[in-house]
Amino acid sequence: MGFELPLFYVFAAVAVVTSALVIGQRSPVYSVMLLIASFAALAGLYVLLDAPFVAVIQIIIYAGAILVLFLFVVMLLNAPKEAAPWERVAAGPRRAGAVLGVVLAGELAWALWHAALSREPAGGGQGMPAHAIDSVRAIGQVLYTDYAFAFEVTSLLILVAMVGAVVLAKRRV
Amino acid sequence: MVSLNHYLFLSAILFAIGTTGVFLRRNMITVLLSIEIMLNAANLTIVAFGRDWGAVDGQIIVFFVVTVAAAEAAVGLAIVIALFRLRESLDPDAFTSLKW
Repeated sequence: MGFELPLFYVFAAVAVVTSALVIGQRSPVYSVMLLIASFAALAGLYVLLDAPFVAVIQIIIYAGAILVLFLFVVMLLNAPKEAAPWERVAAGPRRAGAVLGVVLAGELAWALWHAALSREPAGGGQGMPAHAIDSVRAIGQVLYTDYAFAFEVTSLLILVAMVGAVVLAKRRV
Repeated sequence: MVSLNHYLFLSAILFAIGTTGVFLRRNMITVLLSIEIMLNAANLTIVAFGRDWGAVDGQIIVFFVVTVAAAEAAVGLAIVIALFRLRESLDPDAFTSLKW
């Protein structure tokens, strides 16, 4: 599989660049659109990771439902374009944010560099079914047996979120 | 074969981008988008470790994370709409009544 590494770099580059542009973009509509592109690249990475189920829910639920909800709210509110951070944010918080972001990236990179140098790429051989159909089938079997309780609680969570959203968005309760 | 480290590095970069966005941006919707980036970086880590471990549980955890993210987006956007109705602004600095 010689094309796996180039594909990884292409998807990773798209994900990083679009995510950075989401942060750098001043118009919220463009931010949401770029985030959809970023999530599409992440779905490609999930396919490379032998997780087609996650790739599909990434596209359908994240890009299809959650981000369209964001887009809907952005267009509904008709928010004014945000002023540039260097005009708007005081110098102190702005520097703190930049420094914290860089520190976090450096810290994570250092930890990974030192902790996992000796790891061999595991991949095949450990029992992960490589075939897509088997993968989804295995997820279903584990989800509805071992994680059945968590799955049921999820429905309660969604009900609470739905009621909460309706109550919050109503003018008078 | 792409190693686990590749995915962990990418996830770290994405998470740092999301964190920087939360700190730098002054638009509540963009802050929520940055949180989504961070959630996705965590998801990527979980799936990469799951593949490395050879277990399917990582993908199930991602399923739950996506569900919680959907609930969070619904409630968070409802709060944003309510706040916008109150002050006609999306700037978090306009809502400092709870600050002391």
